Amino acid sequence: MPDIVRNGVTIDDNFAEAFPMSGTGILITAPNAKWARQAGLTMTGFATSVIGCGCEAGIDREVPPQETPDGRPGVRVLLFAMSSKDAEKQLVNRLGQCVLTCPGSAVYSTVAGEFEIKVGDAVRQFGDKWQMSKVVDGRRYWRVPVMDGEFFCEGKVGLTKKSVGGGNLLIMGADWDKTMHATEAAVSAIDGVADAIAPFPGGIVRSGSKVGSQYKGMSASTNDAYCPTLRGVTKSALDADIGCVLEIVIDGLTDNAVREAMRAGLRAIIEMGPEQGARRVGAGNYGGKLGPFHYHLKDLLP
Amino acid sequence: MKPFTFTLRQEPPQRVDLSALAPDRLAGKSVAQIEEIEIGVTRVSTKVGDLFKISAGDLKSVRYEGGSSRFDLLGAKLLPGFEIHVEGDVGAQCGRLAKGGKITVAGSAGPHAAAGNLGADIEIKGDAGDFLAGPLAGELAGMAGGRIIVRGKAGARAGDRLRRGIIVIEGDAAEDLGARVIAGTIFCLGESKGRVGYLNKRGSIVLARGGCFGSTYVDCGAHQLTFARLLARSLKDHSAPAAALLSRKLRRYGGDTAVYGKGEILTPD
Repeated sequence: MPDIVRNGVTIDDNFAEAFPMSGTGILITAPNAKWARQAGLTMTGFATSVIGCGCEAGIDREVPPQETPDGRPGVRVLLFAMSSKDAEKQLVNRLGQCVLTCPGSAVYSTVAGEFEIKVGDAVRQFGDKWQMSKVVDGRRYWRVPVMDGEFFCEGKVGLTKKSVGGGNLLIMGADWDKTMHATEAAVSAIDGVADAIAPFPGGIVRSGSKVGSQYKGMSASTNDAYCPTLRGVTKSALDADIGCVLEIVIDGLTDNAVREAMRAGLRAIIEMGPEQGARRVGAGNYGGKLGPFHYHLKDLLP
Repeated sequence: MKPFTFTLRQEPPQRVDLSALAPDRLAGKSVAQIEEIEIGVTRVSTKVGDLFKISAGDLKSVRYEGGSSRFDLLGAKLLPGFEIHVEGDVGAQCGRLAKGGKITVAGSAGPHAAAGNLGADIEIKGDAGDFLAGPLAGELAGMAGGRIIVRGKAGARAGDRLRRGIIVIEGDAAEDLGARVIAGTIFCLGESKGRVGYLNKRGSIVLARGGCFGSTYVDCGAHQLTFARLLARSLKDHSAPAAALLSRKLRRYGGDTAVYGKGEILTPD
């Protein structure tokens, strides 16, 4: 394949293959930014991959007080799952265990979707009949008495089935430090893109997987073609100049959000150049037959 | 576009039922046909043409030049997207069972304004009569949605059996404000007298001036409530004093414990 070089960084002529997902999200506010962030972090913990966590979730962005419905600082959390039923179950559970419990928190709908999930209408029962409902501008909210005052929660939040999960970038560099440097820059660029999250730890995954395994019953296993320590003994995708590979996985509420996030990440990596950052960028796919969304790296170049 | 205007020629000789002049019901009718509509409520005939000079225009915005305390059922069953402005007073049951839309009354309203309102945004710049947003005789619930703002005073039993929605009384309220409230929110920014929130089930009554609410209301302390911040933002453009009141620390009196007891009276601490 003829590769493309930009600012010394080789861009594979390859594409990321992504899948439709059910996406939802909430805006969490709190008396200060620290506790809004804490609620968001707790709720999105153990939500890296749908395979083992039931959903993929992350903080889309911090929302300043002037943009939130109650004038308090907030964070916008997005959550993706393979079905709307899974998304509902995960959101309601995480809301009940992680946000209801977080001091000072309040929850608002932030995704306009074709469907609605009853969240407040489920969590309200924690109020043991002391909860009160308020309809403001046509939207129902619940006031649930808790030990620090009231947990305020919107009755329903939106859910869309037009979300996309699995956009990705494979960042390859000479060593761990340089590769990480480029990958961190890409993650912070992706953070600036609305409606998209990178659900893995700090937005980065180091254990990319391939489909199948030599063991029976394991559906996925290490992506040996991209493991630098196996370069000589396996059918490797890596040349001699690559010592480390990191991956960013991106989920977005829309096809376009994923595309823009990948574009932003790619630009940050290319701008940094190979001296301090990555030598090569690739993308993961399954041959193009499994997922309906294909993001070709050559179309996303700055 | 030019509003559809009814200009009052003379004070009505009898009470008139204006529910037949709901904008959606006028659609497709000619001015001559509208003038023939019977709006009298006695055996003596009173037609639209006897009372009003009609100037056709966009029915989305209906305007009455001149009002009367005999204008009953103005804006009844109003639908979302329609707007009525009255340059004068209206009679009983203004905005009755309105599903949506907007009604502005430059003068005062008679009894049972916003009775059974389901979603309309009503503003009365003068005073409102008794049973503001209350049920008619035999009805189990009063207003069930929407918002009514009274810039002046309200009569007795304002918010009686309120089911849902927001009532703002910027002036004083007469006896028994918020009696038998089921749910919803009532503001009174002036004086309120008599039994406030008598048999309130789970409604919120926000009073600018506190007082003694009787032994069935129990002090629950002063708090900064998140819901009040949201409601204040929603009301800011419609009633600045109500929004300002909500931004303060509010003392919560839980009650009425003579009944269900899940409601509250909120007053500034």
